[in-house]
Order: sequence, then C-alpha cells, then structure tokens
Amino acid sequence: MRQWRFEVFNRRGFADVHGKSVLDDIRELGITSVEAVQSARVFLIEADFEEAFARRLARELLTDPVCEEYYCGRSGAPAGLARATLIEVHLKSGVTDPVAESVMAAVADMGVRAGNVRTARKYVLLGQLAKGQTETIAKKILANDCIEDVIVGNEAEPPSPHLKPYELQVVQWPVRELSDEDLLALSKGKDLFLNLVEMQTIQAHYGELGREPTDVELESIAQTWSEHCVHKTLKSSVDMSVDGEQAHFDNLLKETVFRATKELDKGWCISVFADNAGVVEFDEDSAVCFKVETHNHPSALDPYGGAATGIGGVIRDPMGTGMGARPIANTDIFCFGEPDKKLDEVPKGVLHPRRIMRGVVAGVRDYGNRMGIPTVNGAIYFDDRYMANPLVYCGNIGLMDKRKCFKNPQSGNLIVVVGGRTGRDGIHGATFSSGQMTHEHETIFSHAVQIGNPITEKKMLDVLVQANEAGLYEAITDCGAGGLSSAVGEMGRNLGAEVDLERAPLKYAGLSYTEIWISEAQERMVVAVKPENLEAITKIFDGENVQSTVVGRFTDDKKLRLRYNGQQVGELDMDFLHDGVPKYSRKAVWERPELSEPSLGEKDNYNDELVAILSSYNVASKEWVIRQYDHEVQGGSVVKPLTGAANDGPSDAAVIQPKLDSDRGLAISCGMNPVYGDIDPYRMALAGIDEAVRNIVCVGARVDRIALLDNFCWGDCTRPRTFGALVRAAQACYDGAMAFEAPFISGKDSLNNEFACEDGRTISIPATLLISAISLVDDINKCVTMDAKRASNLLFIVGETKNELGGSHYYKIKGHLGANAPGVDLELAPRIAASVSRAIGEGLVESCHDCSEGGLAVGLAEMGFAGGLGIRADLRGLPRSKDCCGVDSQLFSESNSRYIVEVEPEKYDAFAKLMLNLPFGQIGSVTEDGRLVVRAEDGRAVIDADLVALKRAWQAPFDW
Amino acid sequence: MAEVRAIVMRAAGINCDMETEYALELAGAKAERVHINRVIESKELLDQYQIMVFPGGFSYGDDVAAGKILANQVVHHLSEPVAKFIGDGKLVLGICNGFQVLVKAGVLPGGDSAMRQEQVTITNNDSGKFEDRWVYLSPQTDRCVFIEAGRRIYLPVAHAEGKVVTKDSGVLETLRSEGRIAFKYVDEDGREGDYPVNPNGSVDSIAGLTDATGRVLGLMPHPERFVRRTQHPRWSRMQDGRGGDGMTIFNNAVRYARENV
Repeated sequence: MRQWRFEVFNRRGFADVHGKSVLDDIRELGITSVEAVQSARVFLIEADFEEAFARRLARELLTDPVCEEYYCGRSGAPAGLARATLIEVHLKSGVTDPVAESVMAAVADMGVRAGNVRTARKYVLLGQLAKGQTETIAKKILANDCIEDVIVGNEAEPPSPHLKPYELQVVQWPVRELSDEDLLALSKGKDLFLNLVEMQTIQAHYGELGREPTDVELESIAQTWSEHCVHKTLKSSVDMSVDGEQAHFDNLLKETVFRATKELDKGWCISVFADNAGVVEFDEDSAVCFKVETHNHPSALDPYGGAATGIGGVIRDPMGTGMGARPIANTDIFCFGEPDKKLDEVPKGVLHPRRIMRGVVAGVRDYGNRMGIPTVNGAIYFDDRYMANPLVYCGNIGLMDKRKCFKNPQSGNLIVVVGGRTGRDGIHGATFSSGQMTHEHETIFSHAVQIGNPITEKKMLDVLVQANEAGLYEAITDCGAGGLSSAVGEMGRNLGAEVDLERAPLKYAGLSYTEIWISEAQERMVVAVKPENLEAITKIFDGENVQSTVVGRFTDDKKLRLRYNGQQVGELDMDFLHDGVPKYSRKAVWERPELSEPSLGEKDNYNDELVAILSSYNVASKEWVIRQYDHEVQGGSVVKPLTGAANDGPSDAAVIQPKLDSDRGLAISCGMNPVYGDIDPYRMALAGIDEAVRNIVCVGARVDRIALLDNFCWGDCTRPRTFGALVRAAQACYDGAMAFEAPFISGKDSLNNEFACEDGRTISIPATLLISAISLVDDINKCVTMDAKRASNLLFIVGETKNELGGSHYYKIKGHLGANAPGVDLELAPRIAASVSRAIGEGLVESCHDCSEGGLAVGLAEMGFAGGLGIRADLRGLPRSKDCCGVDSQLFSESNSRYIVEVEPEKYDAFAKLMLNLPFGQIGSVTEDGRLVVRAEDGRAVIDADLVALKRAWQAPFDW
Repeated sequence: MAEVRAIVMRAAGINCDMETEYALELAGAKAERVHINRVIESKELLDQYQIMVFPGGFSYGDDVAAGKILANQVVHHLSEPVAKFIGDGKLVLGICNGFQVLVKAGVLPGGDSAMRQEQVTITNNDSGKFEDRWVYLSPQTDRCVFIEAGRRIYLPVAHAEGKVVTKDSGVLETLRSEGRIAFKYVDEDGREGDYPVNPNGSVDSIAGLTDATGRVLGLMPHPERFVRRTQHPRWSRMQDGRGGDGMTIFNNAVRYARENV
C-alpha cells in the first residue's frame, strides 16, 4: 500500500493559534532569535486510493476550507529557507493516537478503506538557532520523550509502526532455589517492587506446590500485592511512639479511619470501603458514590497524559461501583512547585513546575470536558517540595440506582472486556507508582505512562448505562491499575476464573500473554454476563461501535487459570493471590518538633501584608484554571466555582443538582493544609476535616449528611518518623470524623512520593492529606454564596480567633513557620457548623464565607471584592482567645471553625438566637464605597485598602 | 394540542444530550435522544419528528477539527434526509458542537442550492484555549423562528473552537444583508466589544447563524444550560427569580412547530 502524506497549514491571514503559543513558550525559555513559528498537522495514511481521491480526502476531511490549506506530500520550507528549522513530532510506535482512529472511521464514511493512519505535528521555526537550542525547544516545549519522537529536518521518515507478531513462549521465573539476595535481584530486575519477606512468601508457596512460577504468575502477584492495590502500609500493625508514649495498632486503617465509620454506623452509608467508590444515599431512589484517586508519578513524567488518565481512571471508579453509576461531577486538587522557578533550580530529570502545571491542567481539561462531566471543585497548593513529585488528585462522583449498589458475579458468567483495545501502554503502572522516583525514571519507566482517549470512554459509558438499565450484566468493574489482572482477579476472587488471553483485542500485534494480562491500557471495563444475555448486550455495544469481547468465564474452584491459544500459561490460587500477602508490622515515631514563634513587631498598617498574601500562589485566584474546565455541562450547576457580582469570586464549595427535575442538591468541598503538617500532622488532618466541613456548610449543605474521603500522599513510610506523621494524621481522622459525625466512605493512599536526585539527595513531599466532602442540600433554592450582597447588611463572625499563626500564610510571606498550628475544638466545632447550617436553612444568611488561608483579613477582602462592594470591620467585635491580642494574629490567624456571615439588619434577632452559647460577634457591615477598612481594638485603621486593587493583586499571579 | 416531537442526535462524544432533551421537554415537546447510527440505518425515522437538534459535546473528540468527523457523517449519510427535513418546513437547531457540525456540513449558513458552501467556518478561539464563561447575546434578525427579536439574552459558552470566520469580507457582507447572523456577542448594555465580551474573537462578534429559511439555527452558547433561575451565575444575588433565558429558544421552536409543522 502507498503511504500518502498530507500537511495542513493555516492559510495566510488566519491566525495560527498553536504556533503562536509555541512562540510564546520559546520566548519564555529566553530564546529570542526565533521570529515566528508555523505549525502544521501531518497525516500519514496508508491506502490504495487514487490521487484524485487523495486530494478530495485532504480537501474535504482534513483541511478547513476557509482557514487552512494542504500539501499533498512534503511542503517545501518557506522563504528564507536557510534560517528555517523544521521539527516533526511523532508519537512513539504503540502510543494511542485518537485522531488517527477518528480519521480511519471518517475515511470509511467516505466509502474507502485505509490500511493505517498516523498523525504528527510539524513546526517551522523561523530564525537563527544554535544547535543546542533546537534540542532545548524540542525537549522542553514541543515533545515529551516518554511518548513522542522528534525528527529535525525534512528528510527522515518516522519509524514504521508495524510490530512483529508474537510467538508463544511460556517463560518461567524460577524462585525455589534462589538465595535471599537473588530473590531481591529478581524482584528488582523485573520491576516487581516486592520486598524480601514477600519474595520469601512466594518462594515458600511454590515450594509447597513443587514447581516454579511463570512470569505471568509472578507479575499477577506483584500487582495484587502492590502498595497501590492493597495498601499494605496503612493496614499494617504499628508500634507507635508519640513523644515517648507507646501505642499499638493491629491494623492502622481499621482502628482509625474505618473505625469511625463503623462506630458512627450511619444508615445512609450504603457501601463503604468495599467497592471502587464509597456509596451513600441521595434520595428515595438514588445513591451517589464518590472516589478520589491520585496519579502522581505518571503526571511527573507526562503531565498531560498522566493527568488525563488520572481523571479518566477515576471516572471509571464510579462507573464500576455496584452495578455502575453515571458520573456527574469531577474534582481536582493539585500540588506543584512554585511556577516561577528558574530553570537551574529544577533538579535533573524533573520537568519545570510551570510546564507540569500547564500540562496537568490541560490533561484534566481535555479528558473531563470531553467526557461531559462538570469539574466543579478543586484546589491548587504550591510548595517547592512538590517540584519533583507533583500531586494530582482526581475525584469523581456518580449517581446510581439505589437498588443496584452491589455486584453479584456468579460462576458460569462470561468475562466480557468492553471499551478500548489492549496495548503496551501503562505496563507496571501499579508497581511503578508504589516505588520511589529517581532522575532516571524518565527513561526507564516511560512505558508506565498511559495515553487516554476520552471518546472511547464516553462511548463505553453511553452503552454501559443502557446495558445496566436493561439488567444485562451481573457485575462490573474497571481495568485500573493492574489491568485485566486486577479486574478479573478481584471480581473472581470468591469464584475462580479462566481467561484465554489471545482473545483480548489488541491495538497492535506483538504483545506477549503477560503484557496482555497486566497492561493498564485505558478505557476498558470488565462485565460478568450470563451466557443467555450475551447476544442482547453485544447488540447494545455494537450499536454504538463499542468493542466487546468474551475473554473467559468465571468458575467455582477458586483458581485463576490463564491460557494462550489453549495452552496454560499460569495458574494461581485465588486465596493465595488475595490473602497471601504477608502482614507487616511497622515502627512509627512522632516527636513534637522544636519550633518557636517568631517575634514580629506590631505595625501601624497591614495593607502590604494583605496584598502579599492575596497575591501568593496558594491564595491567588485560580480563574485561569477554572474557566478551562467545563463546570456547567449536564445542566446541574447551582453554586459554581466562581461566583459574585462579576462571576469571579472564589466559592467555598460547589453545589450541583444531580436530577434536573428535583430540587435536591449535592454539595462538594475539600480541605488541605500541608504546611501545618510540618508542625503537627494531627492538627493538619483535623484542620483539613474542619475546612472541608466549613466549606460545605458555607453553601447551605446539611451537617448531618456529610461523608468524607481521605487521600494520604506521603513520603517513604519505612522511615519510622515519616510513618509516625501518617499515624498521627490517621488518629486525627478518627477523632474528627467522630466529632462531626461525618463518616469516611472511601480513601486511598499514595506513598513513596520521594525523588532521588542525581547528587544523592532525596526530596520528600510534605505530609499531605486531602479531605474531600460531600453532603446533601435539601432545597437548592436556599443555597448561599460567599460574595457580599448588599450595603448596610451586618457582618458577623462565628467561631473564636486564637493565637494560631503557626503555618499561616502570614508567617509564610515573612519567611517563618512558627509553632502554633491551628487546632480544632472537637466539642465546639460541630455545634458551630450545625448552627450556621441551620441559619442558612432558615433563610437568615445572605452570604457566608469561611476563614481559612490568610485568616479573617483575606476572608473579608474576598467577600468584599466578590460582591463588588465595600466592607467596614472593627476588631472590637471579634470573639477571640485571651492570648490573641496582636493585631496581626487577629487579622491573619488561621484558626479553624470560623465563618463570616452576612445578615440583613432585620434578621439580626433571629440569627443571634441561633448563635446563643457560641462564640460570635458583629465585626462590621457591608458598605458601598468599595474599600476594606478594618479598625483595631484601639480604633486605628490597620487595613484601609481599595478592594478593586486588592482584587487585582489576587488575580495577577495567574493572569496567564 | 398537537404533539411536537424532537430528536436529539447522539454520537460518540456528544455530551449535552440529556439536558437538551430536558429543556425541550420543559418547552412542551416530546424529546428523544437517538444515536446517529439508528438514523443512518433507517432514515425514515426522521419523519416522526418536527425538530432536530444537534447538541453540544465533542463529537469524535473533535479530532481533525471540532465537529468535522460528525459533519463528514452527515454529509455522506444524511445529506438528503436533512435537506428534506428542512425542505418540509421543519426545524433544525445546532448548539455548540452541533453548530460546528451544521457549519462544517454546509447546512449553515446554507447557500441557495448546494449543502456544501465552504464560505464560513468555526475555528480556534483567539485565546487558544477552552473557556467556560457567560456572555450576552443580541438578536440580529427577525426572520429566525427560534429568536425573540429585540430580547437580549444571557447564556454560557463553553468551547475551545468557537470563532466564526468567513472566507472574505464579501461573504460577511452577504451574511449581514441576507439576515443570516442570528446572534452577536455584546456586553451588558448591548455594545459589541473585545475579549471577553466576544469570548472567542469571532468576526463581527458572530455568536450564531441562521439559514435562508429562518428555520435552522446554530449558536455557540448553550441555551439548555439556562432553563432555570439557579443556573444563572448570580442567582444568589437576585431578589426576583428571572427564569432561564435559554428557554426562549426552545419555547419558540416548540410553539412554531406546533402551529406550523
């Protein structure tokens, strides 16, 4: 077959938006000699059609008739040839190319078959470039080594995509005779990430069986026992020493996070810590489920692809919960290094934080938006310790039939793989994500990066919803980390399964049986189907061009049998696979760090400090990110992430209306304060819970229906001190959940977020616990937002302000950490939350905003500029602890459990009645003059600033 | 009262079909979401409907260009049935991706004879990125049955490729003189302006187009996302509850279909 090459350029006079953005990025790198960048799309199509048809295809399908033009073959370099550099970026062979798939289908719609389609991007850089600069531009801007090849110049053709067919060869990895040293060498050499005790357990097992394992057996065990899948650290037994006092846990998770859920025993919790997502009741007929995952390591290597498949993967969790939910909202929380780092401050093997941030945001945007799921809530946190290990938390909420919250796979059911094809992408993702990163990861683990195609997932979702409604399957789960191995192994753990691996549809030839089994290729799900339903379910799938394949069946002998072309390549005992992982016991230590409070003199005026905090990366407006996400698709948006008079104030939480014909809403929030963990991880975790609760209360959600999720991202927990911090945080999760009567319903951990630099240093992330919350809103018409509403309304603060500047943004801008991290009064905090929630429910509140990062001063400023109004406040009205006498601590202390509430004067009495016996006080009122004026107890104006200017300072950092 | 039936076309990557169906039902139509494969299999399916809607989404991932692959399907499998649908006096609405499909299939702005005109296209936003924001729209014609002349409406846009461009100024002049510009982006006071008033850089601030019959409308903003007061971004600041501006388009369509089709 002939290979046709088409290059599509913008016509003169029509803006080349992509080329322009590349030029901006080149300038940002400090290269000034490039005058212009022209970008082109390249299509390589193998087909037997005539020249006339080829030109028609290019004209009608590939080229926009108005603003583009095409070349059939290679375009000549433009005028000024000598100074033009041509760079082409091709996907590495085996990497999913969604555009190519669509072009194949479209060519078929035109009545012709194409053999193979590939796409590439071409850049023409005009201007004089030194040789090194071309490489820098290619590497830093145009291409990602992990997934793409760069070809400079006009001559070379990309490598042929054709791969050799696979010939079966059963491989054994003998373990029975190995020494401990050799066992570890095997584990390391095969990237199994199994430790010595685990390898010895496997050795003993095969000793009993009297045979050696095959490669696919060891790979299955490694995946099933990986930290990512089984959470062995959090489930280990722990001997803990806190400031010299001893404590013991038989199973850390069971005795902290789970325990609270169990003791609270809420009837509205339907399925917790059991399925792919936690399930709670929504209304009489429906339930909602919520899961938050991390995709940290892949996002460090390939920010765009890593984040996209992070969101793509977590969407499949609700889709694979119970009998399947329909995704209704996404959340995303990121931690990055500060985006203004100089290039030489970034360790070798690490991408620049700004590139990571742009790539991650674009990845979540393109996947979430294409799936048609609104991204409604999130946060971004900056700390240089995240530079080499960015954290990418992706969450998804699904709506499901309350009668279909549980699966029921039976022996004799067929194992059907639905959705995308299997390729080499994402091999060893589960094990890779469980280990530490090094500066060499970029090259060694590039195969662990997965490439997503959201439209494949959307198509799959569309048909699965129909199959679920028709009751045509018995169980469903996603192929997440560990691929088919994990999906089939998990679904069949109480049954047994046999799988014929050659049946799995492949993206390209050449995959071994082991690669097929453990590939983490995206957009695949597994359903268990009764043989009599196969025809009907296949008709639904076929009807919308979704591939489905029977790859095996569930049995009843609790064995997992893997075959290839009829020959057995692996047999595993389900009990050993799932319950054989040795139990760990770990040591944990926590000692109160020796820290002190800085002594900062009292100033007459704190305008500068307020501006500095508002324009710090953590506090600054994230509008640049939020607007790139479709937060309104599905039509259920009630409280949007941006709110206020100019649609740009920072909402505390999101509210959506999951069913368009019902006024019941769902509120979604989060809380996270990594810096407090440097002082006290217990306080950090409680602050996260309190913040998530505050945020969700502020928009009008119920306090008696709050469900929480925990996501621990930590460093290397084999170090007792690192693990000690985690144990402290887990203890706080128990205490916080009990106090607020808010059970945890799901959680996940990602450990070993550390980076080994070339020079031998190790960078660990700060201990980071994300708390996500959902709750019900009885009537969406009663929701409130955080923007000040009307001049002359009164402003109250509920909750006590304390001398708690430790870990605050005020200290941060002054270069201090401090010692007094904010605590939570576990008796008082839930009462405050309940009273504020009730006041909102009774219609007494015009706006409500929590005091968090930046304290009272930032909270007031945000309410003022979001409302386009002014605020006059007087610190004499501030309920405070006796030792909170400094003006700076009154303004900037980040004490928990505080709400700023706007009330109409005529509703004062009713509001005050509800706040009886709580610390609350009137601190001011809303004005018309557009200024924020805060007076100290002695009457001095310690802040007097124009809110428009404050808003500008808050918006400037990400005005990208 | 005669029943008005609306078909909401699904395809791979279409994702605003459910809320569009809901909006049509609120307007009194009986709406159904149907996969385009079913229509291609049996084109007479379309005979049951008076309103055809191509909703928003990312059909086929917007691969090659937004709406292009689905437009290619329409051109190669449905060009006659769609032309007949319009010829029978029925209504066609394209929202966001649906608008892109109608333009790239040549249904809009529609010439006098052929489906394929290639005079107008929709391309990348000047900002180079996807954006979700609210815009004011000013109607430009009184001969499009979906539009309430003179009523400025407020709707969200959410797209990366929404910039309407014409092949040359002559085409733009024709669009103007023939009344094919349905909506323009304006500010709160009705004035045209730069970004973000015009969120994507469309020539002449064009937000939507209609054809010669006035029974085909395509627009980038999403009327189905403002059918209830709590969808307004500032509803919590409003004393009175003004309903959803987007409903005017669906109400007008259903009323016209009931009375005329």
